[in-house]
Amino acid sequence: VSFNAAVSCSSLQDERLLIRGGRVVNDDRSFFGDVYIEDGLIKQVGENLVVPGGVKVIEANGRMVIPGGIDVNTCLMKTYLGTQPVDDFLQGTKAALAGGTTMIIDHVTPEPGESLLEAFERWQEAADKRACCDYSLHVDIPLWNQTVKDELEVLVQDKGINSFQVYMAYKDVYQMTDSQLYEAFSFLKQLGAVVLVHAENGDLIFEEQRKILGMGITGPEGHPLSRPEEVEAEAVFRAITLGNRVNCPVYITKVMSKSAADTIAQARRKGSVVFGEPITAGLATDGSHYWSKNWAKAAAYVTSPPLSPDPTTPEHLHTLLASGDLQVVGSSHCAYSTSQKAIGKDDFTLIPEGTNGVEERMGFVWDKAVAMGKMDENQFVAVTSTNAAKIFNLYPRKGRIAVDSDADIVIWDPDIVKTITAKQQQSAAEYNIFEGLECRGGPALVLSQGRVVYEGGKLQIQQGTGRFIPRKPFPDYAFQRIKFRNQVCGQGVTRGVYDGPVHDVTPTPKYITPSPSAKTSPTSHQPPPVRNLHLSNFSLSGAQIDDNIPRRSGHRIVAPPGGRSNITSLG
Amino acid sequence: CSFQKKRRYCSLNDRLLIKGGRIVNDDQSFHADIYMEDGLIKQIGDNLIVPGGVKTIEANGKMVIPGGIDIHTHFQMPYRGTTTVDDFAQGSKAALAGGTTMIVDHVIPEPGTSLMEAYDQWRQWADEKACCDYSLHVDITHWNDSVKQEVDSLIKDKGVNSFQVYMAYKDYYQLSNSQLYEIFTFLAEKGGIVQVHAENGEIIAEEQARMLQMGITGPEGHVLSRPEELEAEAVFRAVTIASQTNCPLYVTRVMSKSAADIISQARKKGNVVFGEPITASLGTDGTHYWSKNWAKAAAFVTSPPLSPDPTTPDYLNTLLASGDLSVTGSAHCTFSVAQKAIGKDDFTQIPEGVNGVEERMALIWDKAVTTGKMDENMFVAITSTNAAKILNLYPRKGRIAVGSDADLIIWDTDSVRTITAKTHNSAAEYNIFEGMELRGAPLVVICQGKIVLEDGKLQVTSGAGRFIPCSPFPDFAYKRVKARKQLAVLRAVPRGMYDGPVSEFSMSRGGTPSASARTSPTKQPVRNLHQSGFSLTGNRAACGESSLLINRAFSKSCDGCASVTEAFYCTLILPWSGQKAVMEYLS
Repeated sequence: VSFNAAVSCSSLQDERLLIRGGRVVNDDRSFFGDVYIEDGLIKQVGENLVVPGGVKVIEANGRMVIPGGIDVNTCLMKTYLGTQPVDDFLQGTKAALAGGTTMIIDHVTPEPGESLLEAFERWQEAADKRACCDYSLHVDIPLWNQTVKDELEVLVQDKGINSFQVYMAYKDVYQMTDSQLYEAFSFLKQLGAVVLVHAENGDLIFEEQRKILGMGITGPEGHPLSRPEEVEAEAVFRAITLGNRVNCPVYITKVMSKSAADTIAQARRKGSVVFGEPITAGLATDGSHYWSKNWAKAAAYVTSPPLSPDPTTPEHLHTLLASGDLQVVGSSHCAYSTSQKAIGKDDFTLIPEGTNGVEERMGFVWDKAVAMGKMDENQFVAVTSTNAAKIFNLYPRKGRIAVDSDADIVIWDPDIVKTITAKQQQSAAEYNIFEGLECRGGPALVLSQGRVVYEGGKLQIQQGTGRFIPRKPFPDYAFQRIKFRNQVCGQGVTRGVYDGPVHDVTPTPKYITPSPSAKTSPTSHQPPPVRNLHLSNFSLSGAQIDDNIPRRSGHRIVAPPGGRSNITSLG
Repeated sequence: CSFQKKRRYCSLNDRLLIKGGRIVNDDQSFHADIYMEDGLIKQIGDNLIVPGGVKTIEANGKMVIPGGIDIHTHFQMPYRGTTTVDDFAQGSKAALAGGTTMIVDHVIPEPGTSLMEAYDQWRQWADEKACCDYSLHVDITHWNDSVKQEVDSLIKDKGVNSFQVYMAYKDYYQLSNSQLYEIFTFLAEKGGIVQVHAENGEIIAEEQARMLQMGITGPEGHVLSRPEELEAEAVFRAVTIASQTNCPLYVTRVMSKSAADIISQARKKGNVVFGEPITASLGTDGTHYWSKNWAKAAAFVTSPPLSPDPTTPDYLNTLLASGDLSVTGSAHCTFSVAQKAIGKDDFTQIPEGVNGVEERMALIWDKAVTTGKMDENMFVAITSTNAAKILNLYPRKGRIAVGSDADLIIWDTDSVRTITAKTHNSAAEYNIFEGMELRGAPLVVICQGKIVLEDGKLQVTSGAGRFIPCSPFPDFAYKRVKARKQLAVLRAVPRGMYDGPVSEFSMSRGGTPSASARTSPTKQPVRNLHQSGFSLTGNRAACGESSLLINRAFSKSCDGCASVTEAFYCTLILPWSGQKAVMEYLS
C-alpha cells in the first residue's frame, strides 16, 4: 500500500530530469555521462542522450554524480526507559538527505517480551508517515524462543526483512548465550538472513560496571572504563567463530576499536564471511571526550561499544575501509537530548546510549579518507552505498547509477568546506559530537526518488514520501560462498564395528561432555571373556543405513569385506 | 613430615660426583663437576674437594641438565568408576625413564564435592606410589563461597599455587564468563596461577549433537566437533578476562596453530600469559582420527584434539623456541583400549587422554634442537626451568646450582630410539608415537641425589617421591602483575553536579541494567547547559588498570557556546596497547 502511494505521489509531479555534464562514479568505475531520470527511475545513462523536450536540466559541470548514500544503521525510534530519541523518522531522514544519504535502514528494537511482528508494524507505520527518504528495517532479536522463530520466518518470507541483530552484550536484557547464538545463527542462515551482531562481552561488562561503580566512578568516563576495547574484540572473535562453525555470514555492527577491526581483517584473511561496519562517530572522533569536565558533553559521546580513547583509532578504521577489510559505513544515529542523557547523571550505566552522525557520515568519510588520499572515489561509493546495497540485497536497485536503478543520486562537491556545529544541523539534539570539526566535501544536490530534495543548502522535502523497500533473503554478496561451502561437508570414516573388550562403566557420566543426544554404550553389561584385540577391526564399504543405530557388541560378522586388520600395527 | 622421612632415606645412600660434564642451565652452559650429597647439589666447579669413597660418574663431556619437570599429568585419574592405567608408580617410572624428575598432577574434584578432600585423596595416592617428586594443581570444577574458602586454604596451607578452570564440558565442568571473572579476580588477589582448559563448550555441545545426528559416531567426530577455532576463541576470551582482572594466565594444552598465535599476539600486547603445548601436539597430528582402525583412532582422543593440520607440530616447536610458548607438559592420561571402547558407538563417550610423559624430553630434543630451531639452553628452559619458575620452585628445581635439589640428567644427544608400545614404561597398549624415531635420550637420571637410570637400567622406588609445596606469587608471573596493580587506581573525573533538566523515564522498561541503579532525584524546569560544566583547580592523578596515566590539560572550544573557551583537564585511560600512540599524539 505504502509503496503504491509513494509511486503515485512522485508520478503526479511527473519529474523528468536530466543531469548533464557530470562524472558518473560507481563503485567499479567513473565515466563522463548524462543521466536521464523519469518517474523516479534512471532511464538512460550515457552521452548524447535523446530525451523529450521540456525536461528540467541540471548542470553538473563536471562534478561527481554518485549513487545516494545508504546509512545501514540508524535508531530513530529506539525507546529508552520510556523516552523516544529526539530525532524521529522525519527529523532523522531530513538530516540524512542533507548529508547525501538517500536511504536508511533503521533498527526495530522490540522491548523484551514484545512481539517482533508488532514492533515491526509499529516501526513501519511510523516511518511511512514520517520518513522523507526510502527506508528499510533491521529487526533486533531481544530473546530466543519458538515464538521468535516463527515470527522471524514470517518477517523474512512476507515482510521483506533479511537482516536481524543479535546481542552479545546487555546482560539479563538482550544478551544471548553462545548456545542460543549458535541456534539463532543456524536458523537465520537457513532463512537466508544476514546476522547482525552487537559484539561486546556482556558478562565482563557487567562485572566491570559493578567494580567501577563500587569505586565511586559514576560519570561518563565509567562507560569506556567498563567497556574496554578488548571486550569488544573478544566478542567479535567469538561471533566470527560461531559464524564459521555454522557457516553463516556475520555482520558486525559498530566496529569502534582498532582491535575489533583487526580481528575482522584477520578473519577475512582466513576466509570467513564477515562484514564490518564502522560508524561516523568511530571514524571522526575518539573517546577522550568521556573525560570532559562538562558532564553534558561527555554524556553526548556515550554509545556502545564506546568510542576508543585511543586517538589513532579513526585513522586506522579509515585505512581498513580503504583496503576493503571493513565494508560499510553506518552512523548508528540515535540522538537523545541532554535532559534524556541526564537520566544517568548519577550512574553512567543509565545514560541512554547513542550519538549523532547520519548527516555527517558521507562528509567525514570523504574528508578523512578520500581527501587524505587513503581511498579513491569508487571505493568511497562502495563503502557509503554500494556494499550496503549488496549485503542487504538492494543492489542494483540502490547503490548504483545504472539504467532502471532508483533515481537516488547525489551530486558531490569535494570542495565544500563546512564546520560542523549543532546550530546548523538538521538533528534536533542540542549537542553534536563533531562540534567544531571542519569537514571537506559534501552534497551539492541530492535527488531522492527522482526529485530534488536538497540543493544549495536548502531542503525541499515532503514528509511521508519515504517508501519501505522490502528485501529478499539470500543476498548473493553474503550467501554465494556460503552455499558452496554447504556442499563441502564432513564425512564419517566407514569402519567396522569395534568388537573388542569394553570397560564396564558406572551409569553416571563422568568426565565427558554431555551431549543432547548422547547415547549410552549398550554393551556395558557384556564383559567380554577374552581380549581379542587383533580381531577388533574390519571395514565395510560405504555408509550403512543403520550406522546410527547402536549395535550390540556381540554382533557377529562372518566375512568382513575389507578383510581383517591388525589393530596393534600403527599404519 | 614426609619430607623429613624421605631426606633421611636419601642421606643413607648417596654421595655422588659427576665429573667432566658440561652443565647446561637455561642461561648458560659451562664445563664443571658436580658434587651431590643428601639429595642436594653441594658443590659445582673444577677440582672439587670431596670426601673419599664417593661414587663418581664420568660424563665425558656430555650435557648435564636439570631434570625435566612435566607440569601436566593425570596419573591414577578416576574415570567413571575406573582409573587410568598408569598409576603414580607406573606414571612416574615412565617419567624418570624419559628424564623427567618431577611431575605436577591435576587434582580433579567431582563438581559439587570438596576440593580439600580431593586434594587429600590425591596426596595419599601420590605419597604411596610416586617415584619422583611431585606437586599438584587443583581443578576448580564448580564455584561458590565454600570453594573459594577451600582455594584460599589450599594456597595458604597446602602448597598449591595453580588452579585449573574449564571453559569446556558444558553442564559439567564448564564455568560461565562471570564465574571465570570472579575466580580470576580472586586468584589474582591470592597470588595463584589460573590455568584454563580453553575450548568453547557451548559450541562444542552443539557441534557434537550435529555430528551424531549426521551419523558420525567414530573418533573423527571428536575432532570434527572440536575444530581448532573453538580452541582459539576460548583462548582469546581467557586472555581478555585475565587482562581485565590483571591476573596471570596459563593456557594448558595448546594444541593448534591458531591458539598458539593468539597467545603470542597477547604476549606481544603485554599480557601475562603462558602457553603449554603437550608432547602429543608437538610430536604428532590429528590425521590419525580418520584411521580405519578404531582402537588406534580412539587412542588419539584428547581435548582439545590434535589438529589435523600436519604442520602444527613444527609450528608449535618454533613458537617454543622463540619463547612465545613457555612450558611443555605431557597431559599424560592413559586409558586401555577397553576403556576407550566405552565410546565405541559414540565418540563423545570416549575417555580423553594420550600418553607422553616418557617421550616428552626426547621428542622436543629431536623436533626442535636437532633441527636447529632451539638451542640447548632454551631446551632446558622449556622442559624444566620455566615450569619451576611458574610454580615458584625455582631455583630449588629447574637449575643446576649449589643448594638446588639433585635432580639432574646426563643427556645423550646421539642416542637414537624407536618409540613402541612394546618397550615403553606406560601400561597402555597403545603409544600414539608408535614407530617414531627419536634422537636424544637420558643416559643417566639422578633423582633426589640417587641414580635411577644408568646403563639402560631403571631402578625406581615407589613411594620415594615427595610432595613439593608451591608458594603463591611466583615472581615469574607476578612481578609485572604487581607493578600494574600499583597503577590500578581508577579515579572519577571531578566535575560539578549536573543541574540541568532530566527527562522523565520509567524504570520498568528495558535498558542497560545496572546492579546499583539509582533513580535521579532532580528535575529542573530550565535548561542551563552553559553552566553545566565547570572546572576545579588542580587535577587528581588518575590511572588505569594495566594502563598508564596520561594527564594533560588542554583547552578546546566549548560546544554549545562557540565563543567561550573552556579549559578542562582530560584524563586518558588507555588499554595497554594504546599507550604509546597516545603519548606520541599528546607530545
